[in-house]
Amino acid sequence: MKRTVSICCGATFGATGRFAVCLCGLVFCGLPLNLFAVLGGSEASVQTDQAHMQASLKSSNTGPYRVHEMQTASGIVVREYAAGGTVFGVAWEGPWRPDMQQLLGSYFEAYQQALEAQSGVRHGRTPVHIALPGLVVNMGGHMRSFRGNAYIPDMLPQGVAEKEIR
Amino acid sequence: MTAIQKCLVVAAAGLSMLGVGCGGSSSGSKSVITTTGQNVAAIAVNAGPDGSYVNGAFVSVTVCAPSSSTCQTVPDILVDTGSSGLRILSSALTVSLPQQNGSSGPVAECLPFVSGFTWGAVQTADVQIGSENASGVPIQVIGETTFPVPNGCRSNGQSLDTLQALGANGLLGVGEFAADCGPACAATGGGNPGLYYQCPSAGCVVAAEAVADQVVNPVALFATDNNGVIVELPTVNGSAGTLSGSLVFGIGTQSNNALGNATVYTVDDFGNFTTTYKGQNYPGSFIDSGSNGYFFLDSATTGIPNCTNATGFYCPTSTQNLTATNQGTNGASGTVNFSVGNAETLFLNLNDSVFGDLGGPGQDFDWGLPFFYGRNVFVAIEGKSTPGGTGPYWAY
Repeated sequence: MKRTVSICCGATFGATGRFAVCLCGLVFCGLPLNLFAVLGGSEASVQTDQAHMQASLKSSNTGPYRVHEMQTASGIVVREYAAGGTVFGVAWEGPWRPDMQQLLGSYFEAYQQALEAQSGVRHGRTPVHIALPGLVVNMGGHMRSFRGNAYIPDMLPQGVAEKEIR
Repeated sequence: MTAIQKCLVVAAAGLSMLGVGCGGSSSGSKSVITTTGQNVAAIAVNAGPDGSYVNGAFVSVTVCAPSSSTCQTVPDILVDTGSSGLRILSSALTVSLPQQNGSSGPVAECLPFVSGFTWGAVQTADVQIGSENASGVPIQVIGETTFPVPNGCRSNGQSLDTLQALGANGLLGVGEFAADCGPACAATGGGNPGLYYQCPSAGCVVAAEAVADQVVNPVALFATDNNGVIVELPTVNGSAGTLSGSLVFGIGTQSNNALGNATVYTVDDFGNFTTTYKGQNYPGSFIDSGSNGYFFLDSATTGIPNCTNATGFYCPTSTQNLTATNQGTNGASGTVNFSVGNAETLFLNLNDSVFGDLGGPGQDFDWGLPFFYGRNVFVAIEGKSTPGGTGPYWAY
């Protein structure tokens, strides 16, 4: 279901919602959600992300990988790390959070489930530190300052340290 | 090393002890806790309303329907210097408050936190904390079901809209910013981060929200003592069951809230300063009473093992005594000594909810509630004048 509908302003479903968005003047997009799968997706999906975030894009080669850096109008910087045609890591920083569903793509469900599983016995507000066999997500900060990264450990090119993804 | 031992070491080094506190730091203001005054509200550090919280500082907040005597005192609201604005679980709220309305419909907000989001209606209340009053304060009533959570809000991860998820009846954001979002959310177009929604019957859509209508740090709207707060908590040696302290309103506005010899650390546009650890600078560092430990760097960088079961915390084989230096954008700097114990060992004592040595991995340095133990921490609000200069800044 989620994969076939459009989202607008990250807000609502369907034609009515989209119409309302046009009225409110905050034109984000109406792209199908399945195009947003970036982490673990093809390097070509970087362009989809750029369009979704209405961001500027700057790409550079660093050793065994390529970094695509985007900056949104709201000041969020997203860096997507690709090698062998696949995005193996993403990092972000800025006053707001990026759309995690968009950035994590098919990994978002696993991320959400891990978050909920963690709010366990002894409680409190901590940064996010999720280390599943196939997914690592770290995020910290506070209102008006968020920073984090996510990567697929098995896809890290040889010799690339986890902390390079930032 | 205990705080007393630290004092002895400093004294033995022949340094002047005049005016220097011994609250677990080698610098900072003397940690005397103010308990009386109309600008003082009691803080309790305890397990919170669902009995599971660790290092949570709670206060009671009274909310009233505007210009009325229809009021309710809500206990167990978490004091959060890392956010701005009052947010209360609808399940904890019995008083009926008026809904804020925009041009297209009722206003609601999706506020992203690190671990998830709060979603709910923006309503208006008169707010009383201690004996301080603010009128017509926009607050967020979270977890109420009139407006379903939009899909774009869910993309932030986990909903914090229940007592079980939040571990508190609400959040009192007394951070450095006044409005929670600021000018970005008042803008139209792509620069708007999309926190505020208007909710006509067709569904909620992102909308611009004027700064004056945004959910706001209530302290900034107090009639007096409105330029910031002091969080005052006693020293903890290791762990404790509970703690009592004070949330003091105003900086240098009364005889009980002077800066004294506290050092002012100004911050950048994001509310951060620089922490230096082992020669490396971490410019995205901050002080946050709403974080429940010292969260910093990662296991690979610190050499401290992550816990196996207590995910998100460090589990060293023995307590690590560490030192870092904080530096404000004004160039002021001071060292901080802190200790990180084994979280899984600490948590074995289910009677304790205060852990002075709790730490874990994070982004740069997040100086959470243990930093406040034995140290009076001043938080000056942006644009507000104080004897230490105009906010925003921290001082301790």
